Amino acid sequence: MSLNRDQIAMRVAQELEDGYYVNLGIGIPTLVANYVPNDIEVMLQSENGLLGIGPYPTEDQVDADMINAGKETVTAALGASIFSSAESFAMIRGGHVNLTVLGAFEVDQNGNIASYMIPGKLVKGMGGAMDLVAGADNIIVTMTHADKRDNSKLLENCSLPLTGVGCVKRIVTDLAVLEVKDGAFHLLERAPGVSVEEIQQKTAGKLVVPEHVPEMSFDA
Amino acid sequence: MSGFNKVVSNYQEAMAGLTDDMTIIAGGFGLCGIPEGLITEIKRLGVKGLTIVSNNCGTDNFGLGMLLEDKQIKKMVSSYVGENAEFERQYLSGELEVDLTPQGTLAEKMRAGGAGIPAFYTATGFGTPVAEGKEVRQFNGRNYILEESVTGDFAIVKAWKADKIGNLVYRDTAMNFNPMAATAGKITVVEVEEIVEVGELDPNQIHTPGIYVNRIIKGSFEKRIEKITLAKN
Repeated sequence: MSLNRDQIAMRVAQELEDGYYVNLGIGIPTLVANYVPNDIEVMLQSENGLLGIGPYPTEDQVDADMINAGKETVTAALGASIFSSAESFAMIRGGHVNLTVLGAFEVDQNGNIASYMIPGKLVKGMGGAMDLVAGADNIIVTMTHADKRDNSKLLENCSLPLTGVGCVKRIVTDLAVLEVKDGAFHLLERAPGVSVEEIQQKTAGKLVVPEHVPEMSFDA
Repeated sequence: MSGFNKVVSNYQEAMAGLTDDMTIIAGGFGLCGIPEGLITEIKRLGVKGLTIVSNNCGTDNFGLGMLLEDKQIKKMVSSYVGENAEFERQYLSGELEVDLTPQGTLAEKMRAGGAGIPAFYTATGFGTPVAEGKEVRQFNGRNYILEESVTGDFAIVKAWKADKIGNLVYRDTAMNFNPMAATAGKITVVEVEEIVEVGELDPNQIHTPGIYVNRIIKGSFEKRIEKITLAKN
């Protein structure tokens, strides 16, 4: 069975480490916040200028001055700090954020990512994604392994305009966990009940498959 | 006005000198922390051919989006321009020029512009459409592109509190691009929720020193929220 959105987020949450500063993109990455293991502390960064995103507000707490990068109302966590967007991107570009999780349309075997622009469709803009992928040493991409017509999103070369080059290290899809290195996707884990053959079929780029590919574990 | 007192009493005075084809640097992120009354005044003035440097362009009928109704904007320099149907229409028909700029690069362009730095190298955008036509240089084996800074004829800024000589304090994430915008205008106009006497703000807590500010006006803010999201329980 392929993973649903929450299960992808649960698997990504296993990559979090105690004391990490983390930036979560819009969509599946945002869900990761719901699955932070109880025994660790992480601090979430919002690129408009907030380090320490708290829970969504109650009706009484809603404040137009307090939003996240997705323009949703939020609260500040205990120990949060608030700063300008220039300061925010200084910490992103300067490599101070430990982990960035974001979605993508395509990634390729050289770690290139395309996530913001489909030619012929309206371009809404890259927001902070280009800065985030250029600044983080540790980037996890979450996406479905293939599109609705079963076209692979893990390619030899991205076909869409790039958001960043050579930056993606790890990918969590609905089918697998993969590492990107030495010009290939390396299969690390498969979703429960998903065969290596299916992953091979849906990976257009070069895929390295070890002898034994363990199933993902969701035991807390 | 006298001495360092920068308080003006009406919006006409606040935006005096704004004419066609000028460049405006605007603070704000989405509809958060935007100088609502100054934007309304720009609409009332009816100036055209504006270049606006702002992370977003408001929504269809609020914020900078209001300036689209009478086609006052020639060019937007922004990182994200969704949420706006009229924007889309003018962009697709070629009436509106858009320079999509990564968010961090945009913030740094304003910061550098205000700080007298004409350009800077950044890894952001290397190898992407953003890098087209820009100088590339390697430092320590990594590729960077040269980005030019921006300044404006005007900067329009929203702050929480100002004292009468223009020292500013922002509130929560309504700070966003406002501190950089404040430094990057030839004339910086600030709309605030509250004007206090000199000496009432703690010098240690001031976000923007008054030296950057030319005019201050007290506004009344609607503070529209784009996405109200609530805790589940």
